[in-house]
Amino acid sequence: MPAQSAAEPGTPTGSDRAVMDDRDVSRALTRIAHEILERNKGLRDLVLLGIPTRGVPLARRIADRIAAVEGAEVPVGSLDVTMYRDDLRLRPARPLLPTEIPHGGIDGKVVVLVDDVLFSGRTIRAALDAMNDVGRPEAVRLAVLVDRGHRELPIRADFVGKNLPTSLVESVRVHLDEFDDEDAVLIAGTSAPTGEEQTR
Amino acid sequence: MSDFLIKGASLLGAEPVDLLLSDGTVAEIGSGLSAAGAEIVDADGLVALPGLVDLHTHLREPGREDAETVETGTQAAAMGGFTAVHAMANTDPVADTAGVVEQVWRLGREAGHCDVQPVGAVTVGLAGERLAELGAMADSAAKVRVFSDDGKCVSDAVLMRRALEYVKAFDGVVAQHAQEPRLTEDAQMNEGELSGRLGLRGWPAVAEEAIIARDCLLAAHVGSRLHVCHVSTAGSVEIVRWAKSKGWNVTAEACPHHLLLTDELAATYDPIYKVNPPLRSATDVEALREGLADGTIDVVATDHAPHPHEDKDCEWQAAAFGMLGLETALSVVQQTMVDTGLLTWRGVAERMSATPARIGRLSGHGRPLEVGEPANVVLYDPAFSKVVDATELASLSRNTPYVGRELPGRVVATFLRGTPTVLDGKLQ
Amino acid sequence: MKRHLLSAGDLTRDDAELLLRTAEELRSLADRPIKKLPALRGRTVVNLFFEDSTRTRISFEAAAKRLSADVINFSAKGSSLSKGESLKDTSLTLEAMGADAVVVRHWASGAPHLLANAGWSKSSVVNAGDGTHEHPTQALLDAFTMWRHLGNLDGRRVAIVGDVLHSRVARSNALLLKTLGAEVTLVAPPTLLPVGVEGWDVETSYDLDAVLPKADVVMMLRVQRERMNAAFFPTVREYSRRYGLDGRRMANLQDHTIVMHPGPMIRGMEITADVADSNRSVIVEQVTNGVAVRMAVLYLLLGGSEPAVGATEGTNL
Repeated sequence: MPAQSAAEPGTPTGSDRAVMDDRDVSRALTRIAHEILERNKGLRDLVLLGIPTRGVPLARRIADRIAAVEGAEVPVGSLDVTMYRDDLRLRPARPLLPTEIPHGGIDGKVVVLVDDVLFSGRTIRAALDAMNDVGRPEAVRLAVLVDRGHRELPIRADFVGKNLPTSLVESVRVHLDEFDDEDAVLIAGTSAPTGEEQTR
Repeated sequence: MSDFLIKGASLLGAEPVDLLLSDGTVAEIGSGLSAAGAEIVDADGLVALPGLVDLHTHLREPGREDAETVETGTQAAAMGGFTAVHAMANTDPVADTAGVVEQVWRLGREAGHCDVQPVGAVTVGLAGERLAELGAMADSAAKVRVFSDDGKCVSDAVLMRRALEYVKAFDGVVAQHAQEPRLTEDAQMNEGELSGRLGLRGWPAVAEEAIIARDCLLAAHVGSRLHVCHVSTAGSVEIVRWAKSKGWNVTAEACPHHLLLTDELAATYDPIYKVNPPLRSATDVEALREGLADGTIDVVATDHAPHPHEDKDCEWQAAAFGMLGLETALSVVQQTMVDTGLLTWRGVAERMSATPARIGRLSGHGRPLEVGEPANVVLYDPAFSKVVDATELASLSRNTPYVGRELPGRVVATFLRGTPTVLDGKLQ
Repeated sequence: MKRHLLSAGDLTRDDAELLLRTAEELRSLADRPIKKLPALRGRTVVNLFFEDSTRTRISFEAAAKRLSADVINFSAKGSSLSKGESLKDTSLTLEAMGADAVVVRHWASGAPHLLANAGWSKSSVVNAGDGTHEHPTQALLDAFTMWRHLGNLDGRRVAIVGDVLHSRVARSNALLLKTLGAEVTLVAPPTLLPVGVEGWDVETSYDLDAVLPKADVVMMLRVQRERMNAAFFPTVREYSRRYGLDGRRMANLQDHTIVMHPGPMIRGMEITADVADSNRSVIVEQVTNGVAVRMAVLYLLLGGSEPAVGATEGTNL
């Protein structure tokens, strides 16, 4: 069987080191919400699409903050990239995760993709392809909680919670209250990468 | 012809003795025998049995020489310890005239690996409509005494009655393939829970039992001999037991595969396990073994049914019915009857040699291993064990259901009237 | 390694639920402007049909194409009298052509097992209906349809009514619904229930009227008129009166109960037109769901380096 879903929390090891706690995560998301509004000059045509699994609650939290500031809802959805991954054939068939395109679609909209960790950039490449089959946005932007570097594709984030220089032997895990009963960003030493870290 | 001195064979499983075979007969039996010029056969640890007689063999010639020929079929028989086989009539052309049975008989004589006794068809072309010339076949050089439409059932009650009556004139017997045709239209396997699950058309036990019951009553009514081919169900055993208790002249045979294999094997959808009558349940297997042990079932007959590869390498429904049997029969009987304590070697000799010869009225076979009797002898090593490899079989076909199975025993030598057809486990 | 889908009985509960969840995701594709996903790009799916079934073939074809697979339709219709050598030769041909999956419909029960286990080819085999044995993707689409209407199937009562004896749909449904926790009742005249059905771990009944009020799902099976000639029932009229679903019987169903039929229907035989066209009927939806479920099957068998569901290589049942 394939891994049930990426929602399983990574098992903390003795060498885990917290680089962001719940207050850091909260502040980062608030800042990203403001930056998105500033860049977009308000809510106009804005759509947030979280990349499952942890990108989805992050997108919702950002949307909540935007709503608090602007007093109006921003459409939030999710975009599963499983079938668009370039390593699809390298591992056993993976379960699909939800794709929910908000009512009104993405044609002509400004889509902000939201993910937890930006690493090689391959997930985002897959997300851009997936979006291509859904519609044609006016612009696509990228928001991530952590950018840990080591890009393998010409992709960069527009909104970053924290830049986190890492070594390739390290693994970065994002814990979110929705799945892991805590908000934190953890960095582990030389232990084998787990969870979505592996998918890069 | 050279003489053979068999040293230290366990005669029907008893204490070791020596046997001198000379001039086609058993010349001497005793311990410490010696004979100048005789070839010595070391039979230490081997069981000596009278040459086996099969009442039910398909040699396929004429017509299906791609599946088996009289030559290869009798080689397989010799390798299995048989010195006589009854060749079933469902050839092409059907053995329903004196001409065809004499042809088969002559081919057997030419092959020389064992005696071939042709079975004559009961009805013309096995069509179940008109009686074949049973008398002409009986009077022919082949001296046919067993008549059977095997592969098809003589389902017409009037025709069956007449056949039973008619063969009395020459001491013949009708060997019935008991299969009610309407109840088994397109039937594929034993009808039971498994046939329902597998979606294979069921072959109910009653289709066999109803015909056997009817035929027993008919045989009693007209005072004739009836032989029941390949009994496969517990109910059939019960009916035969009941008929015998009435003193009716009914005999029955069981096949090795029905003593060992069950319908569970159909779940593989591998047509190697497709056979007529079908493999039945474990309960039926148990009842057959008991019936064979207590004498209700008189005979083990192989129903050796060779088929070319393409007729078995296909969908179950499209595949031919039948399994090879000659070369594994004695091993299967050892495993299911002797090693289980149900039958002694003496009992095996009775059910695989004496009784089938008596039913088939073969005078030169099935005789006891005594001085002056024909030297038809099998030397069998019950301590041997082997995994069945289809490519090693003498038969032209490969459709043995025992492939990959470990079976006990091995025929070391077979003598037909003093001449070895198999020696050291090899064809002569 | 799991490679084939030969029997609904091959699926564990986890397998079946993964298939249903995956089908649910894929079903939404129908609402998108581009009804295509790239998951099976470069894979070849062969529809090998030894028996006519336009609707099943089209459903598999649509499923494979929406996943970007190359599809080859191979109609090898032959009578049941023709020898099976052609199955072997066809299989070798498909192997030589590099088929990744063979979707096989065959008149002989067990033909897909043979294809999967005879060593003729390395392709994944999907059973699209074999003889009177099984039709696992039909059972999956039926379960999927029930699941969408009723949610979790634990303890749900499903009545399967009609020619159970000759129905591969009934066999696969009985196996799969049991795995998913539903309670199945097979309803038929005694002549149309298989011998040994007691061992199937399902309820059986000869009385449709007694079963209907408790059912959450009523699945009507096709009954061929020709069965009458083999004395399975006396007349079409008698069959319809005793086992047909008409407006009067439909009135005895619970409010939430749905009516299903695997098609093709014989209106006036097992089901009346007013029932088939009523708002309880989900028969048209079954067709839509068929594509989603078959996409899920193909994706989970072929989408990765190895399949996520299905029969282990070498299993026979």
